[in-house]
Amino acid sequence: MKTFDYVRPVTISEAIAASDVPGAAYLASGTNLLDLMKVGAVRPGRLIDITRVAGLDGVEWLADGGLRIGALVRNADLAHDPTFCRAYPAVAEALLSGASAQLRNAATVGGNLLQHTRCAYFCDPSSACNRREPGSGCDALGGENRLHAVLGWSRSCIAVHPSDFCVPLVALDAVVEIEGRGGRREIPLEALHNLPGEAPESETALEPGELIVALRLPDRSALSRHSRYLKLRERTSYAFAVVSAAAALEIENGTITRARLALGGVAAKPWRPRAAEDILAGAAPGETIFRRAAEAALANARPSGDNAYKIELARRIAVRALNLAAAGTPQHLPALPASPFSSVPGARHAA
Amino acid sequence: MPFSISLTVNGVARNVDLDDPRVTLLDLLRERLDLPGTKKGCDRGQCGACTVLVDGRRINSCLALALSCDGADVLTIEGLAQGNDLHPVQAAFIAHDGFQCGFCTPGQIMSAIGLINEGLAGNDPERIRESMSGNLCRCAAYVGIVEAVLEVQKSLAQASRRDAA
Repeated sequence: MKTFDYVRPVTISEAIAASDVPGAAYLASGTNLLDLMKVGAVRPGRLIDITRVAGLDGVEWLADGGLRIGALVRNADLAHDPTFCRAYPAVAEALLSGASAQLRNAATVGGNLLQHTRCAYFCDPSSACNRREPGSGCDALGGENRLHAVLGWSRSCIAVHPSDFCVPLVALDAVVEIEGRGGRREIPLEALHNLPGEAPESETALEPGELIVALRLPDRSALSRHSRYLKLRERTSYAFAVVSAAAALEIENGTITRARLALGGVAAKPWRPRAAEDILAGAAPGETIFRRAAEAALANARPSGDNAYKIELARRIAVRALNLAAAGTPQHLPALPASPFSSVPGARHAA
Repeated sequence: MPFSISLTVNGVARNVDLDDPRVTLLDLLRERLDLPGTKKGCDRGQCGACTVLVDGRRINSCLALALSCDGADVLTIEGLAQGNDLHPVQAAFIAHDGFQCGFCTPGQIMSAIGLINEGLAGNDPERIRESMSGNLCRCAAYVGIVEAVLEVQKSLAQASRRDAA
């Protein structure tokens, strides 16, 4: 690991001021950053440890029914907060389907949003990767690319965004609060992650020195009774999604009045297919309309390598997530969150 | 530039001067505090052999900078037994053959204690397996590990019923 300068500010403004050197990076728990630093895929010259910065670790219900989550709230604490689980069940399910209990205890909300792709070529400094080293090429093209993107990719980069958490968040219109040298601003989470285009090294919409301070969710209680996250993995637990889907429906008198759908594991960002949502709105829930929505969601998909199977898989996971959402949010989270193989309904998990 | 941190490890206050910011909590324990019970498996947060409790929560010590743990309360496998009296989870691992080669065992035991403290798995074997999925065992002693956790959960439930009575 390249050595670095270490600073530990206690206010947001100190943290931002400390970022004013080339190669500075914010460190929260470090579950992704330290891992990448160990292999040399990321080489910051200064780490700004923000874990002592005041005011970033609260969860606050807002007057409009929404929720503001501090960037340093730990994944496990959010997922096991009973009030949060009732209000945003698909988000809790997604959080608990990700990583391991140890990592969820450490990993933060802001860090989850900013985690890097797990593309093996990005993580291996001896491979060509335009995302890591602009202009070096992409060894994933023509390499081991079964798990790579089928939507929104370019010849420059075919990596996918690995987060589960971000998938239902994008479906529910989450907003990211950002603070930087120019002051405070906010953007929809959907606009945080960039598609690769010709500049995959530009991974997010953040400017140098900008810090995510909070995540905001609007009131989505109308969708909470029909919300699910479903994630297909190569093993039942502790694995990234091959493909995943978050589905949330508002159903009144047998008609879908509002639909939200987002896909994970298919693109460099959580994918929100609005055309599919439009097809669902006003329809009666059922297999045929769900299949039509899924067809629309993947209409522009094309394989980036040995991964054509992902397109049909994503359609089926979307249909299944919609069916599960229509059937209703379970009263208790399943023993195996988000797993298509969950056999035990489970009644002991208070979350 | 030297860094100085203070932390509590297994109940003992320790002040450590670090000449290098790259030291992880795992390497601090093993190489500088003479506590090699915590194991280094993958060093990438994938195997769980390095699991310790920090402020009561199980984490991967290989993915935490020692500097970030300034002020923390750390519990490792060495801090469990009281003299010759094993911690109930240690005893249950022996009773149920929860290991073979033993390399992953300190991490498994610390993770199991974390799981029991979290209080979310109860006596549902599927929830225990899911919650222990961050600890790999190449000898595949998983069946015994789940039985050991179930036994401790059961005796804790009995004890709390006794207390309530």
